[in-house]
Amino acid sequence: MTTLEKVSAIIAEAKDLDAQDITAESTFEDLGLDSLDTVDLIMNFEDEFGVTLEMSEDLKTVGDVVELIDSLRE
Amino acid sequence: MSFTILGTGSAHPKYVLTNDKLSEFLDTSDEWITTRTGIKTRYISTDETLCGLATSASRHALEAAGVGAGELDLILVSTLQGDCLTPSLSCMLQRELGAQCPAFDINAACSGFLYALQTAAAFLDSGRAETVLVCAAEMMSKQVDWTDRATCVLFGDGAGSVVLKKGSGLRAMRLTARGDDRDLLVIGSHSGNNPFAQVQYPAPWLSMAGGEVFRFAVTSMVHDIRTVLEQSGLTAKEIKYVVPHQANLRILKAAAERLKLDEGQVVTGLERYGNTSSASIPLVLDELARDGRLSRGDILVFSAFGGGLTTGACVIEY
Repeated sequence: MTTLEKVSAIIAEAKDLDAQDITAESTFEDLGLDSLDTVDLIMNFEDEFGVTLEMSEDLKTVGDVVELIDSLRE
Repeated sequence: MSFTILGTGSAHPKYVLTNDKLSEFLDTSDEWITTRTGIKTRYISTDETLCGLATSASRHALEAAGVGAGELDLILVSTLQGDCLTPSLSCMLQRELGAQCPAFDINAACSGFLYALQTAAAFLDSGRAETVLVCAAEMMSKQVDWTDRATCVLFGDGAGSVVLKKGSGLRAMRLTARGDDRDLLVIGSHSGNNPFAQVQYPAPWLSMAGGEVFRFAVTSMVHDIRTVLEQSGLTAKEIKYVVPHQANLRILKAAAERLKLDEGQVVTGLERYGNTSSASIPLVLDELARDGRLSRGDILVFSAFGGGLTTGACVIEY
């Protein structure tokens, strides 16, 4: 599973969405997620990938998060 | 070890402030507030004083415990700020109740009730007291900026008290503090009129970095509850009720999910009270006791997190 697939699966599971509808270009806003949803998901990503993710205004899309996780796991 | 809860009491102002009423003077709505926080109404002080609320809550607790004010060996009040800086709220409460014992305030923000319980436990364990009144009283309506729609909608006023007697109900307790170096949660204070002062103090109302505080709250609640359960040799299944600090329903849901708690195990009151800082746990506890939902022997877990940054959790056999 790629990081994008895993991230999409976590978002879909937590927020009751269809993973097929989630792409790297999807913004959290597009997915109907507010700021607290985003924080909640970031904590899930930290648990799943064993990384520490700093909160940042720059994390707008699913792809932004995938890129950050991959850069931390290298 | 330590104490048994003999009786509980609570009090709140009479004015009920609804989300709809807030939308009349703020750019917000019932739907926005409800979906993001779970809060529907809160009690806001009009002609009440904090001392009045603390006194009313404490009289109820003494009555439920069957203890007279003269029998108290210690009064502890958790508050961010009493009606005055001095006399302390605990001393004002002592006078109102007609008690003669020592009295002092404790400020650990939203975790203050847990800090006060631990202080009471130390007095009881060491034999320095036999009967202690712990009250948590907060007037958040004085601490928020009523033009800031992001924060003022979250808070409310109230007081809750417990009367403690030397006993064996406290099974585990954990307190933490981590000095906030990023101004995640700040309430400035009055800065006086010293003509020589050259320091710019924070504004005299609450400001909060919501997202970061959310993360801190969920993480600490999960970690603290796991720790006290481990210390007491209990599992999540054996808990009758978790009575958490009532800040935001979303925090409680996120933490409950990670702790694998059932919805019925987590008690909430924030729908009606909003966030009453350290008063939130004893307010909800008193509702449980008065509704007949508590039986002696029930395992209760309290968990709180707040400014400081402070946190606390404990396991109590009721």
